[in-house]
Amino acid sequence: MEKKISIFKSNNTTNKESNSSFIPIAMKVLIKKEITSHIRSWRFIILLALIVLTFGASLFVSFSGLKDTINNAQDPDSTFVYLKLLTTSDNSIPPFHVFLNFLAPLLGIALGFDAINSEHNGGTLTRLVAQPIYRDNLLLAKFFAPLIIVSVLFTSLVMLMIGAGIMSTGIHIEFQEVVRIIGFIAVSIIYVAFWLSLAILLSIIFRQGATSAMTAIGIWLFFTIFFPIVINFIVRPFIPNPNYISEQEYLAWHELILNLMRLSPSQLYTDATTSILMPSVRSLGPVSMEQMVAAIPSPLSFKDSLMIVWPQLTGITAAMMVCFALSYFVFMRREIRC
Amino acid sequence: MNNPIIQLKDLSKCYGTKKAVDKLNLHIASGEIFGLLGPNGAGKTTSILMMLGLTEPTEGTATVCGYDATRNPLEVKKLVGYLPDNVGFYPDMTALENLCFIAQINGIEEQEAKKSAIELLQTVGLTHATNNKTNTFSRGMKQRLGLAEVLIKKPQVVILDEPTLGIDPSGVNEFLELIQKLSREQNLTVLMSSHHLHQVQRVCDRVGIFVDGKMIVEGPIETLAHQLQLNEGFKTIIQLDNNKLSSSDITAVLSEISGYKSCELQNDILSIYSDLDITADAVKLLVHKNANIISVQRNGYSLDDIYAKYFENQTVKM
Repeated sequence: MEKKISIFKSNNTTNKESNSSFIPIAMKVLIKKEITSHIRSWRFIILLALIVLTFGASLFVSFSGLKDTINNAQDPDSTFVYLKLLTTSDNSIPPFHVFLNFLAPLLGIALGFDAINSEHNGGTLTRLVAQPIYRDNLLLAKFFAPLIIVSVLFTSLVMLMIGAGIMSTGIHIEFQEVVRIIGFIAVSIIYVAFWLSLAILLSIIFRQGATSAMTAIGIWLFFTIFFPIVINFIVRPFIPNPNYISEQEYLAWHELILNLMRLSPSQLYTDATTSILMPSVRSLGPVSMEQMVAAIPSPLSFKDSLMIVWPQLTGITAAMMVCFALSYFVFMRREIRC
Repeated sequence: MNNPIIQLKDLSKCYGTKKAVDKLNLHIASGEIFGLLGPNGAGKTTSILMMLGLTEPTEGTATVCGYDATRNPLEVKKLVGYLPDNVGFYPDMTALENLCFIAQINGIEEQEAKKSAIELLQTVGLTHATNNKTNTFSRGMKQRLGLAEVLIKKPQVVILDEPTLGIDPSGVNEFLELIQKLSREQNLTVLMSSHHLHQVQRVCDRVGIFVDGKMIVEGPIETLAHQLQLNEGFKTIIQLDNNKLSSSDITAVLSEISGYKSCELQNDILSIYSDLDITADAVKLLVHKNANIISVQRNGYSLDDIYAKYFENQTVKM
């Protein structure tokens, strides 16, 4: 027995050199370095301040209105105190998940827009690729390090919120709420990951950090502000006068507009978070009166909410992966010289 | 030349229709210091990138330390240290941190990495800046740090791309002597690319002159100078003072000497080319013509000439 153990140990040590575990050593070192330099950077501190401030503000507003929200018997979600904390607002400022719709892209772009080109311009990229590491390890490190930071940030913020909620209200958190909040964090991280991989792609394509940042911000602005306007602008003229068409046709037009909107990642994120954080949301599109007949206004189970937004989730994930695959494709065989 | 550690066979690289490197054949023996010389844009860096597997050759193979650099770049990179011409470091990290980072990527444990980093900083003379952030470093300091970084992974081969670029003259001497010393002590093979023949020739065992993607000539510097002399004949340089003779006068006088080929007068410096050694005759005749000769240099094939000669060929070709 002892012999076996010693053999195992020796095997282990020999393996350690080439491939200690699932993640190669070089990659761990790279990720560690990335995280260190991000955390120390001013850019991250500013973003952190921005997110903590908005989170605090929206939480403060929802806390102050919490009493009315919970006592509202009309609302089937009123028992989910902690979900309410994340979603309600007195309309003075938007709730946190809407804020995040704006801030998450900013976070992803800020952490990724100069991932590769700053190394290139600083002359460190040549040195790095001359080391015995795979190039994809470099890309993965550039991708995972910011994601680890963002995950820690979101998780700790929400944990703080739950802690503050429990301390101030004394209401205990339900299991379903925990699951939904974890789901919300996961969706937000995937959303940040999408913008991050887009920013990394742009940082590979453009040699100047400013160009890639501007392009990324341009894409972000387009999707959050102009895209809905453009869709409306294009589709509206084709919609016949509602007075002359059947209700079905009218609904079909609306569905079309909504589906076109869903080409935008921010719409997908809104859909996903709305459904996950509001258990009573049953449909993301228009619902006819016939469909509503005899429906009991009760919250859905987490699984059902998840099923509603499954296409949205796969959509964001797919978009993220396409961006990452593209950056991989562009970067892998590129000749790197100063 | 037995046991070459770097072996290039018909290595070619095309960018579109432009041939950056054209059928390069090169053998570098273990422990040798080889200088790859050539003007800017001759394809030196491209060749180096191909040796490291950082870019794919259009044709041919590069074998370094027994590994094919294109197929197996990771093994090559483990054994080869590369100092790029425009070396940079993470500005927000100290010299020590930068070195430790690279050491750890190469699989060296943290403690050991720190120890050898401190030793190497001493070797390259940067002990005073160990804990300074690298954004305060001068160009020369960066080069030194780059050398330390190259050495920290204990390579067999060191490739330096324009290592003397941007360092002041005394710094260049020190730097090159350091490289030579390290190479001798640790039996390192060094491949150095440069366009400064003067700087590099002192430390190189062999040089190769590389122009327009082709290796024109290779061998020890003395051999190159000798070859040049055989091809070009003799050269005499005479410095005149307050010259009143026109160049046609001089030509008329000199053409009487047998073996005379041509001459050239520029700013009171007269260069005479000939098949035989005609220095004495030329001086005699010029003195008769009342030329004020202040110095005579016989057979002035300097490094400049070697360089100019091979680079001129290139311009003619173009």
